[in-house]
Amino acid sequence: MLAHIVTFAIGMVFALGFGLGGVADPATIVGFLDFLGDWNPSVALVMVTAVAVTSVAYRLMFRHRTKPVLATRFAVPTRRDIDRRLVLGAVVFGFGWGLAGLCPGPALAALGSGSLPVVVFLAAMVGGMLAFGTWDRASARRAAAAKAEPASVTPAPSVVERGRPAASGARVATRARRGGSAGAAELVLS
Amino acid sequence: MDTSTVLYSILGGLLVGLGAAAMMFMSGRIAGMSGIFSGLLKPKPGDFGWRLSFALGILAGGALLFALRPDLFTFGVSRSLPAIAIAGALVGFGARLGSGCTSGHGVCGVARLGPRSLVATATFMASGALAAFLVNHVLGGSI
Repeated sequence: MLAHIVTFAIGMVFALGFGLGGVADPATIVGFLDFLGDWNPSVALVMVTAVAVTSVAYRLMFRHRTKPVLATRFAVPTRRDIDRRLVLGAVVFGFGWGLAGLCPGPALAALGSGSLPVVVFLAAMVGGMLAFGTWDRASARRAAAAKAEPASVTPAPSVVERGRPAASGARVATRARRGGSAGAAELVLS
Repeated sequence: MDTSTVLYSILGGLLVGLGAAAMMFMSGRIAGMSGIFSGLLKPKPGDFGWRLSFALGILAGGALLFALRPDLFTFGVSRSLPAIAIAGALVGFGARLGSGCTSGHGVCGVARLGPRSLVATATFMASGALAAFLVNHVLGGSI
């Protein structure tokens, strides 16, 4: 219960931060991203400030604490590999962000204004998230099926190019194509 | 930027940073909006309540601020609803594919100097810049 009150309060703090920082208005974001136009650098200031505060706070807490206050462990991401999904995802996300001038947090904060464009954005965002889930599960199934039928996959070439089809056209199932994000540590670039 | 914009930007950044710090300090989590919200779509037992309360908090905070400062919520760009829908779908799909968005990668990940987040942030900034350029300088400023 206390934990939920705390996360509710943290949510409110984020909304205030997004709103006061100006990023609930798409014009601020687009004005920042369109740096060749009438440049609005304020988003840079918001982000640099946020990163600075978070960075200092993270350092202090990781040095002086072994666990968070209300949970059993610090759930910090462990992956360090740059894979195709990361880059492609960022390209796609960034393009949508640049088109609409909105991203998930500020859009949710703006929902309280009842603005129709914000509602449409959020509904479509949910649609995009769900579509990803479907696509991800389907590609995991394809990868698992390819693995389970070795006779139907041509022998792997001696140099395995991850993420590319083998010359004959059969796909080499690799960890890179598995759905979800198992903590694979290999560098996968294509 | 005028003084007022500078001050508000710093204040906004301080609050976002405070929120991210509090999320890790209290709950041990990266404050990644897309990750938190997508977890609401496929609820797992024990993992739903905090996401819901966080989302409701954002909603409530936004509504409160809107009541006090509606000018902060102007939709200041000319976008048709279909264009917004396409953009929203790209944001949702891309954030999940790329394991994060501006808060998860851009704030929390960069604060940790995580290589994935540094790459993701640079990438989505570039991609966003391209989109903004196309709309403003090729398509006349509205879509």
